[in-house]
Amino acid sequence: MTSSLEVSRLAYAYPDGTQALFGVDFTIGRGERVALLGPNGAGKTTLVMHLNGILTAGHGTVTVAGLPVGKASLKEIRRRVGLVFQDPDDQLFMPTVREDVAFGPANLGVGGEELERRVKDALDRVGMLEAIDRPPHHLSFGQRRRVAVATVLAMEPEILVLDEPSSNLDPASRRELAEILRSLDVTVLMVTHDLPYALELCDRALILSGGVIAADGPTREILADADLLAAHRLELPYGFAPP
Amino acid sequence: MGAGHQHQLYRAGDTLVHRLPPQCKLAAVAAFALVVVATPREWLWVFCLYAALLAGAAAVARVPPGFVLRRMAVEIPFVVFAVALPFIGLGERVSLLGVSLSAEGLWSAWNILAKATLGVAASVLLAATTEPRLMLLGAQRLRLPPLLVQIAMFMLRYMDVIVDEMRRMRVARESRGFTARDVRHIPVVAKSAGALFIRSYERGERVHLAMLSRGYSGSMPVIQDLSASSRQWLVAGMLPGVALVALLGTWGLA
Repeated sequence: MTSSLEVSRLAYAYPDGTQALFGVDFTIGRGERVALLGPNGAGKTTLVMHLNGILTAGHGTVTVAGLPVGKASLKEIRRRVGLVFQDPDDQLFMPTVREDVAFGPANLGVGGEELERRVKDALDRVGMLEAIDRPPHHLSFGQRRRVAVATVLAMEPEILVLDEPSSNLDPASRRELAEILRSLDVTVLMVTHDLPYALELCDRALILSGGVIAADGPTREILADADLLAAHRLELPYGFAPP
Repeated sequence: MGAGHQHQLYRAGDTLVHRLPPQCKLAAVAAFALVVVATPREWLWVFCLYAALLAGAAAVARVPPGFVLRRMAVEIPFVVFAVALPFIGLGERVSLLGVSLSAEGLWSAWNILAKATLGVAASVLLAATTEPRLMLLGAQRLRLPPLLVQIAMFMLRYMDVIVDEMRRMRVARESRGFTARDVRHIPVVAKSAGALFIRSYERGERVHLAMLSRGYSGSMPVIQDLSASSRQWLVAGMLPGVALVALLGTWGLA
């Protein structure tokens, strides 16, 4: 099996000396959907920032579809890793949806009809094609998050990395986003505290706790292990039992 | 509240004026303002012709006079002092309705009032027919430094987000029984302003990360083709062109 993402012995300390990651190891195969679970402060966001080279590893390596993350490969790495940030207002910074979705591919040098095709295709995949000429701040929160997914889909990434995709969504928007993510033919790494959402979308889950991978296995088994969850400050919502 | 804020000046439409590339309109309005300013204040009929030109442009753009007049209120603070000139001006006095006024002051007041009004009316027409973001892209084509254009673009995009954040902070203050009534409350409001600044600054950092993640390398990709044909430049040039002909023609006669 070819792997989309390979993280090996990754360690990182912030400039102030705080050690955030202590040797993280995992591999994600092509087409897999994997949940990255962990309490606040476990280093999830720090890990995500390494995946597209925003932070540079203190030790260890990150490899995306065979290409190691490094200064020379940064442009290609950022095409291959599509990062969807938690707050869509941070992600959507252009005056119209069309320009926002076009921003990534245009930076890669795509233009003309090919750019137009990519923008329309990406918006169509998240069901937001009719909003193409609207300003992002006139959309609902759920719609903005879907457009945020489209902005990285337009770059035709190898792997989609979502930071808390279900946060602040109402139940209907949450379900719609799940349907969209399921319909995409792309590798997904989903960072979340929303355990039922992880179970719904991802067959495999990782627990990041204290800067290391504390568990890696089928999501259903991990969520069924009450002691494991409790040890890492993770809890299922009241009344929820894995089916 | 802030949702429609930036569009108060813009009036959507699909007229000849709306369709002109923004750089043509910007250049035309700037040139028109220069011609107006260069006109000697005594040439009353030329000013009437300028006003007629603007009225013509407004008619083509289907912008109703009331729309323009209401938005011209921004001019008021700037011309208030012009009204004082006839009273404080020196030189020859004339009597109007029993009040002694300075003739020189009257001319000065007229000069400021007429030229400011024409300039503001032209700008309001420009804003009414050009989307704010297109205005910035047009300015970029007219060689405004791209960095300034980017900063202004972000202001446009994030104005509503920041106004909304400000509103939430006000609601949070008032929910805990605080209302700003007098000067003693200024420190509290100032601290809120400081917090808002920090929040906006942090948002700026996050936006920058999001931009880097999508391959930003210092310049915004130009997605929209804004090139103008010579015919469009000609159409836009009619406003300052006719004004200039009127000015030079009168100069020739004088």
